[in-house]
Order: sequence, then C-alpha cells, then structure tokens
Amino acid sequence: MSLFEVLRFAVRGIGANKLRSGLTMLGILIGVAAVILLVAVGNGSAQQVADRIEALGTKTLTVQGTGGGQVLTPAVAQALHDPVLAPDVTSVSPVVSTQATLTYQGTDHAVQQFVGSYPSYFGASNSPVGTGAAFTDDDVAQGRRVVVIGKTVADELFPGTAAVGKELTVSGALFTVVGVLDEKSSASGFMDANDLAIAPLTAVQQTLTGYGAYNSIVVEAASSAKVADAQSQVSLILSQRVQVPAGSTSQPYRIQNASQLLETQTETADTFTTLLGAVAGISLLVGGIGITNIMLVTVTERTREIGIRKALGAPRRVILTQFLAEATMLSLLGGGLGVAAALIGSRFTIVGVRPVIVPSSIALALCVSVAIGLFFGSVPANRAARLRPIDALRYE
Amino acid sequence: MTVLDIRAVTKVYGEGAATVHALRGVSLDVEPGEYVAIMGSSGSGKSTLMNILGCLDIPTAGRYLLDGVDVSRLNDRQLALVRNRRIGFVFQSFNLIPRTTAVANVELPLAYAGVKAAERRRRALVALDMVGLADRAGHEPNQLSGGQQQRVAVARALVTEPALVLADEPTGNLDSRSTEDILRIFDDLHAAGRTIVLITHETDVAARASRLIRLFDGQIASDVQQDRILA
Ligand SMILES: Nc1ncnc2c1ncn2[C@@H]1O[C@H](COP(=O)(O)OP(=O)(O)OP(=O)(O)O)[C@@H](O)[C@H]1O
Ligand SMILES: [Mg+2]
Repeated sequence: MSLFEVLRFAVRGIGANKLRSGLTMLGILIGVAAVILLVAVGNGSAQQVADRIEALGTKTLTVQGTGGGQVLTPAVAQALHDPVLAPDVTSVSPVVSTQATLTYQGTDHAVQQFVGSYPSYFGASNSPVGTGAAFTDDDVAQGRRVVVIGKTVADELFPGTAAVGKELTVSGALFTVVGVLDEKSSASGFMDANDLAIAPLTAVQQTLTGYGAYNSIVVEAASSAKVADAQSQVSLILSQRVQVPAGSTSQPYRIQNASQLLETQTETADTFTTLLGAVAGISLLVGGIGITNIMLVTVTERTREIGIRKALGAPRRVILTQFLAEATMLSLLGGGLGVAAALIGSRFTIVGVRPVIVPSSIALALCVSVAIGLFFGSVPANRAARLRPIDALRYE
Repeated sequence: MTVLDIRAVTKVYGEGAATVHALRGVSLDVEPGEYVAIMGSSGSGKSTLMNILGCLDIPTAGRYLLDGVDVSRLNDRQLALVRNRRIGFVFQSFNLIPRTTAVANVELPLAYAGVKAAERRRRALVALDMVGLADRAGHEPNQLSGGQQQRVAVARALVTEPALVLADEPTGNLDSRSTEDILRIFDDLHAAGRTIVLITHETDVAARASRLIRLFDGQIASDVQQDRILA
C-alpha cells in the first residue's frame, strides 16, 4: 500500500470523526494561541518600558524631592549650574508640573501634565517641537504666557486646524500656543505621552502652582558616558546644599538616571512576563489534558477499529503510519490555526499593550502541542497494533 | 495438499478460578474445495476455533498448519499477507468500521492488497451487488439493519476472492430469502473450488455443506461427510 493511500486513509479517518477531530484541534489551537499571545503581550510591555526609558533620554538625571519638604528650591537649582563643581552638567531644568484643564472656545481638555520649565527641558526630556517653536529663555524671564502642547492636546482642542497662534485658557489665564510637540510613541499603557503641555516655568508658577519648591530638576549630562560622573557631581552639591531633616537618616531627595529607571522597570516587566508565561503554560497544559481526554475516550473505539483492520490484512506498519499521520495532521492543523489566531490577535492592543511576537514562543508552542498530539495519537495506536486482532476486537 | 491441518489444539481463557477451557484438543483436516459446516451449542467453542483458523488468535497448545505452513512461525507482515490474500473472514458480530460507508468498508481489504482506487471501487460495488446491497453502498453501518450489516460483512470477506472462506454464522440475522441469497453465493464459491468453513445453528444451512462437524464442550463430537441438499 502506497504512502499516498495511507495518507488518504488518515484524511478519511479525520473526516469520519469530525467532532473528535474538531475538539482535538480546538484544544491544540487554544493552547498554542494562548502561549504565543501571552508571551507576546509580556514581551510587548517590556519593549514599551524600554521605549519609554529611551524616550526619556539616556543622558539625563532626574532629581526628585521626597518627603514633601521644601527641598528643590531655586537656590539648589542654581547651585547645580556650576562649571567648576559640576563640569559634566550641560543643562539644568527645574520642573513644576500639575494637572490642569485647558479650554478653547468652549471645548475642555484635562491635560495630565502641565509642565513649567526652561527651554532646555525640551532637549533634556527628548521632546522636540514639531510645528511652531519652543519658548525662549526670554519668555521665561518675562513670564510670558506661551505654551507648547502635545499631539493629543492639539487633536482634542484644535481638530483639523492649526494650533499655533491660538489662545487657550488655563485656570482663567490666557496662554498662546507657540508650538506643537512631535508625536511620541505612547510608551506606557496607562499614560498618554502626548497628553501634556509645556510652558515657561515662571508663567506656570504665576498662574497655577505658586512659588513653592520644584517637583523635580532634570539635569542633562554632556553625553551618556558622562552620566555617572554628572550624577556624583550632582549628589555632592546636593549633599552640601540640602540638610537632612532632623529625625531622618535618609536624604530628602532621590537622583535617578535612565539606566536605573530602566532596571527597576525592566524588573517589573520581567515579573509580568513570567506571570503571563505561567498562565500560558497552564493553558497549554489544560489544552493538553483536553486532548488526552478526547484521545483516551476514543481508544476503545480506535482499538476495535485497529483490530478490524488487522483482521482484514493490514500490517502493523501501515496502521501505525495511518494513525501517526492522523495525529500529525490534526496537531499541525490545530497548531497552525493557533499560530494564525495568535498572529491575528497580536495586531490588536491588549490591555493597553501592543503585543510583540517572540519567534521562539511560536516554535515552543508548536513543538509542545505537536508532541502532545503525536504522543496521544500514536501511543494507543502503537499498543493496539501490537495486539492480536481478536484481542484488539475484544478491547473494552 | 491439505488446506487446514490442526493437531490437538487447545484454547484456555483466563487464569485461576476463572479459567475456561474453550477448546480441549481439536484435530481436523480440511482438503481443498471442501464445504464444511460446524454446529454446536452456544459456548461450545465454535467461534474460538474459527478465530484460530482465521489467524486472528493463537491456540494455547497444539499445531496449526495453513497450506502446510506452521502459522506460529509467521511474523506480523506475513500474517497480514495471509489474512489479506488467503482468507475471507465473516465475523459473527460483523465488525464493520463505524462512520465509514458500506462500499468503503468492502474496499478495505483491497486497499491493503494494493489495488488501485478505481478498480477497488468497481470490485467493491460488484461484491455489494452480489449480496443485494447495491443501493446501500453509500450508507454507514449505523444506517443499516443487522441483516444488511451482515451482508456487507459477507461482501467484504468475498471481495478479495479468497481461496478460503471462514464464515461465523453468516446467516444468523437474515430472513429466509436473504439467507438463500448468501447460501447461493456460497454454493457458487464451492462450485468454483473454493474451500468454505461455516458456522451455523440452522440445520437447513448445515445441510448445504458437504461435511458436518459437531462441537461439544470444546471437542469434536462427530465429523461426517454428507450428501449436499440443494434448495
Ligand atoms: N475472551 C474470552 N475470555 C474468556 N472466555 C472466553 C473468551 N472468549 C470466549 N470465551 C469462552 O469460551 C467458550 C467458547 O466461546 P465461543 O465464543 O467459542 O462460543 P461459540 O461456540 O461461538 O458460541 P455462540 O454459538 O454463542 O457464538 C465460552 O464458554 C466463552 O464463555
Ligand atoms: Mg460464536
């Protein structure tokens, strides 16, 4: 009997038990799709973290006040700008930020971050201005009410029209839009990186935040290689300038650089990926148990069938080939459909994350599912094919 | 040369208290072209003997030569060949493959014999026509009556035109007209020189054979040549 004939028998065998074949395939499909997709989601979120850190810039340091005291004062910011003590610091941008509602001709938009800073902030925070222009040092000195808005804000308030030159109201104060930021990849699933507005520090303090301490100070190093040097210089200056409050042992500020941020965030993302991987593994296992169940239930019937075939003169090899081919086709088809489902599913954003397929997860999921299919398809067949026909026929 | 030659064959099922001696030393020669009927009460070991003759089971003790060859020396491939080419076996319980059409069931032995698909289909349809089921070729076993399933099983046993036909109660579920159809086929086979061994409970079926063997409690009680009574 030719191989082609045996394969035809296998196809007929699959077709003769549509429900069983369908369920087996479904089990494999779901297992494979779940593994690939969940790993892709984990990978996607890790990638997003990396992107976000990248977007922050790799040569910046962020000084943040902790403990709510008046730590980051203008005097401190001024002190960081010291060519002698801090030669590797190229710019210092004090930052105040708050949430605010922007209004233009009756349209409201609540912006997540209304930032007040210096023009150097644009470079340091890696937020280039797309249309229009950034405000200038002169604007800061004069406290001019001008603002550069993010893409989301522009789309919300000025859909279809040019934003530059328009005047919008923030808490009763009138600001003129002078520029729109380039669109940033929306790094975080929870925060829109394009939903912000940046205005001169003085103007924001005047109208929104008052003249308290800064929220943070963004310090730019000369290059990413100089970040570590700049960090030690900054921390030296700060330790001289800022008193450790009575009753506390730690300093009331924190200096973070991009690589530290990257580390903590990557750890979080890794935990997430591991968790998703575990869930995916479980679903593959459950799928496998489902397949096993279906296969075992049909062993009796298939064993009888093998008995009949042997009685009619089928050699063991032909029977094994047929059943192996059936199992292979089912698991490959189910696995292939699972990969297809995962590929289609990965085109959608899932819980705010764009999944990024990991090729090795496809290989792994396919291998595992095909192995399960082959094992449970061929082991009972192999055992039955060894029986004497009459014993296979009597099997219960 | 002797087609079937069994010597002091015994078959024991089970162990300990549950031991059943289905055959207690059966010896038998069947010459080519013989038409043998086996009778005996239920549980006397007829099917057990038939399964051994059909190379589907092996005896606990004793020797079985098929066409002069000791069956116990054959390997899996050679046994498959013997079952496929030499023997046409009709099961007492039909044993059709479920969810597979009558014609596909009948084709099966031809497929294992390596016959091409078109030729296979043609011969399967001829065999089904012979047992009067041409119009049921596309039906699956669960869409056929017991008697129809039995006739499909007969067609499947005859489709390879085997030299030896072993039939375990091939007319057990049939009305007198269908029985007559099947027996006429067997008459034709006999006339063509094939060897037939058939198990039956009906005396008028047994009367068509040229030799009648009665089994009693796993042993041959009588073995007589007889004049065939044709309908
Ligand atoms: N697989 C088995 N395990 C244990 N005992 C068996 C087995 N098969 C048959 N037997 C026993 O062997 C004896 C002979 O069985 P067999 O099937 O040969 O009877 P039979 O003559 O064909 O009967 P019937 O006319 O009812 O078909 C019976 O007592 C039966 O219970
Ligand atoms: Mg019987």
